[in-house]
Amino acid sequence: MTRLIVGPFNRVEGDLEVTLDVQDGRVAAAHVNSPLFRGFEQILLGKDPRDALVFVPRICGICSVSQSAAAARALGDAMGLVPPPNGELAANLILANENLADHFTHFYLFFMADFARDAYAGRPWFDAARARFKAVEGAATADALPARAAFLQILGILAGKWPHSLTLQPGGSARGLGASEKIRVHALLRQFRGWLERQLFGDSLEAIAALDSIAALEAWKATRAPAASDFRLFLEIADALALDRLGRATDRFLSYGNYPLAGSPLFARGVWHAPSATLAPVAHTDVAEDASHAWMADPHALHPWQGDTRVDIERAGAYSWCKAPRLNGEVAECGALARQVVDGHPLIRELVAASGGNVANRVIARLLEFARVVPAMENWIRAIEPGEAFCHQGPMPDEAQGVGLVEAARGALGHWLVIRQGRIANYQVVAPTTWNFSPRDAAGTPGALEQALVGTPVGEGEAVPLAVQHVVRAFDPCMVCTVH
Amino acid sequence: MNLLWLQSGGCGGCTMSLLCHDSHDLVAMLRDAGINLLWHPALSEQTGAETVALLDACARGDTPVDLLCIEGAMLRGPQGTGRFHMLAGTGRPMIAWVKDLAARARYTLAIGSCAAWGGITAGGMNPAEACGLQYDGETRGGLLGADYRSVAGWPVINVAGCPTHPAWVVETLLGLTLGELDPDGLDALGRPRFYADHLVHHGCSRNEFYEFKASAEKASDLGCLMENLGCMGTQAHADCNVRPWNGGGSCITGGYACIACTEPGFEEPGHPFATTPKVAGIPTGLPSDMPKAWFVALAALSKSATPKRVRDNARVDHPVVAPALRKARPK
Repeated sequence: MTRLIVGPFNRVEGDLEVTLDVQDGRVAAAHVNSPLFRGFEQILLGKDPRDALVFVPRICGICSVSQSAAAARALGDAMGLVPPPNGELAANLILANENLADHFTHFYLFFMADFARDAYAGRPWFDAARARFKAVEGAATADALPARAAFLQILGILAGKWPHSLTLQPGGSARGLGASEKIRVHALLRQFRGWLERQLFGDSLEAIAALDSIAALEAWKATRAPAASDFRLFLEIADALALDRLGRATDRFLSYGNYPLAGSPLFARGVWHAPSATLAPVAHTDVAEDASHAWMADPHALHPWQGDTRVDIERAGAYSWCKAPRLNGEVAECGALARQVVDGHPLIRELVAASGGNVANRVIARLLEFARVVPAMENWIRAIEPGEAFCHQGPMPDEAQGVGLVEAARGALGHWLVIRQGRIANYQVVAPTTWNFSPRDAAGTPGALEQALVGTPVGEGEAVPLAVQHVVRAFDPCMVCTVH
Repeated sequence: MNLLWLQSGGCGGCTMSLLCHDSHDLVAMLRDAGINLLWHPALSEQTGAETVALLDACARGDTPVDLLCIEGAMLRGPQGTGRFHMLAGTGRPMIAWVKDLAARARYTLAIGSCAAWGGITAGGMNPAEACGLQYDGETRGGLLGADYRSVAGWPVINVAGCPTHPAWVVETLLGLTLGELDPDGLDALGRPRFYADHLVHHGCSRNEFYEFKASAEKASDLGCLMENLGCMGTQAHADCNVRPWNGGGSCITGGYACIACTEPGFEEPGHPFATTPKVAGIPTGLPSDMPKAWFVALAALSKSATPKRVRDNARVDHPVVAPALRKARPK
C-alpha cells in the first residue's frame, strides 16, 4: 500500500487535497480534504438578516448568484414573501445565466484540458483534443472566453454585474426591465445559442434535447466525424477511455428542483435511487450535517437550523473543514446528472440505469442542460411584462426561521436561517460540493467522491494520476462553497 | 515577465471577474504584452506535485517571479498558526508561502479587497483572523508589514474591489509591463489611481434623481439610493459608472446601492448595508469634499425644486412620466 497526497488540485474552484491509498495499481481508499476555512456562518451571526444578501454571494465567486438566490429564498420564507411573476422570471434568468456559464467554464477551461496532456499522445483523438483543449494554449480557450464574457453580459443587464450582485431580493428582483432590456437579453441568448450549436454540439439545441435513449445518442454519434464538434469529440474520448466505468459513487441522486414558475419548477425535486429505479420526495428536514471527521467542536449530526460551526483544530480523526451532510442518514450525490435523472430525462434515466453515476454520464448531463435551459431562458425573457411589478416588499420579522433551496450549477444548495430579536441567530449553508466532497460520517461511510475514487487506476510512477483527475473534475467541485 | 497567481481566503470571484474581460482573447493579450503565465489555479495544466515543484523553484529564486498576484485574504488563524489555509499538497500554511514568494517578487499585487485589506473574509468577529497583504483593514501592516517593498521597490499594489473589475487588473498588469505605471500612479492606499481617483458617483445613471434628492424608498425604485438605501457612491473610490461591468452594468443600474467595496473596512459599515444611517433625518455619510452645511442647504433647496416627473419616477420600478417634449429646439 502506498499513499499519495494530491494537491494543490487546480482547475477546480478553490483549494483541494486528496489523499489516496493505492494498492495493486488502484485506489483502495480516498480521503478528501477541503483545506480552507473562512467562517461565513460565524461572520453572519448577530447581523441584520438582510445583510446576508451582501455576505453570502461572496462565499463563492463562481456560484455567487446561486448563493444570493438561496439567501433571497430563505429570507423570503422567513418574511412570508413570494415574488411577483416578473420577479420569478428575472430570478430564473439570473440563476440560469450563472449556472450555464459555470457549466461552460467547467467544460472548456477545467475538465477537457486533461485529455490534451502529453500522457495521451498517440491516441487517435489526441491531436484534435490537443489543438482544441490544451490548457491556456488551445483554440477553445481563445474561442470560449469571449463567448463566456458575452453570455455573462446578460447579468450586466439583469443584475448590474457578475459576480456579487444585490439584485436578487426576498420579494423578487430590484431591477425593473423594459422592452430595451428584453431585446438585448434575447439577442445575447440567441448569440450564445448560435455559438453552442456551432461549436459545442454541431446541431440544434432542440435536436440534442430530443436525444431520448442510448440508441439515439449512438445513432447521432455514428453520423458525425469524431472531431465534428466539441460534444462529439468528448463522446469519442469517453468511449476510448471507458469513462462510463470510471468514478461510480453511491447512485443515490438528490435534486432540490429548479427554476420555479408559478409553483411548478422546470426541473423536478426529488431523490432518485438508481438500484431500485425509484423516485422519492425530499424535504429539507431530511438533511443533517455530521461533523465527526471535520475540525469542528460539535461532532453530532444536526439539522442545519441547529447547526454549529465552532471549530476545533485538534479534533481527533478529523481531516477536513467540510462537514458531512447526509440525507436521512445516507450519502447522496448532486449535480447536473442528479438533476436530470430526478427530472426524468429519458436519455439520462437510461444512462444511469446502464452504468450509474460516472465520469461520462456526469458530463453528458451537464452538456444536456445547455440544450434544455437556453430555450427556456428565451421563453422567460419573452414572458417578462414591462410595467408590471418585479419586487414585492414586506417587513422583516423579529422572530422567524427560513429555508432556501435552489439548484446551483453543481447541485443542491440550501440555506437555513434563524432570526431572533431581529438579528441572525444561526445561518447554515450546505452547498453542492459539501454533499459530493464530504468526508466520512460517524458510521465511517465515505462521501460521494471518496466512494467514486475507489478502484480508480493509478499508473506506475504517476504522482498525479490522470484517471483520478478525471473523476475529481467530473464533479465540477467548488471548494470555496464546500466549507465557506 | 513571469506571472504567478495564487488564491487564499477569498471566493475566487476576482479570477471569475477577470475572465469576463471584454478583450477578444484575454490570454493572447497578456502573452502579447510579454506576460508568461507561470501558473494560475483556474487556467493552468499543472496540478499537484507538478505545481509544488514549480512553487518551490519560485520560492528558492530559481524561477523569477515578476508579477506575484495574490487573490483572497491572508488567514492567520487559528491563533496565528495559519492552519485555516494549508496549501494543499504542501503541509504548509499559505501565509508562509506568500511571505517566501513576496520576498522574491519584482511586483506584488493584491487582487481584490480581500488580498488588499482582509475584505469580506474579515467581517463580523473575523473568525479566520483575516488580513490583507499590506493592510489589516484601514491599518498599514497586514501579513507583509508596513515597510514591505517588492524587489522593484514598490509597496503592494492594491487592485481593490469586491470583485475587482477585470479592466483594473489588466490595465495594472499592462501598465507595469509597458512602464506606464509608476509608484506615483498609486494612491495613498496603494490603489492604481487610474480608477481610484474617481468616485462611483461619476457617471451615475441616477444622477438626475441625486441632483433633486428624489430618493428611492424600497428595492426596485428608480430614484437616488443615497438618502434611504445605503448608497456610498459619493464617497467610494472607483470608476464603476464610467467603466461599466459585464458589457454595460453597474451596481446602480442593477438596482442596488454602492457598498464601497474598494474601500478598506467596507465589510463592516456599522449599519445594515441597505439602510442609510441618519441623524435627525440627515444622512451621516455625506459626499466627499463637501461641507456638511452646504450639502444640507443644497439638498433642501433641490428637494423643493424637484420636478414632478423626477419625483414620481423615483418611487416606481419603471418611468411613469416621460420628459416633456419641448416646443422649441433645445438651446
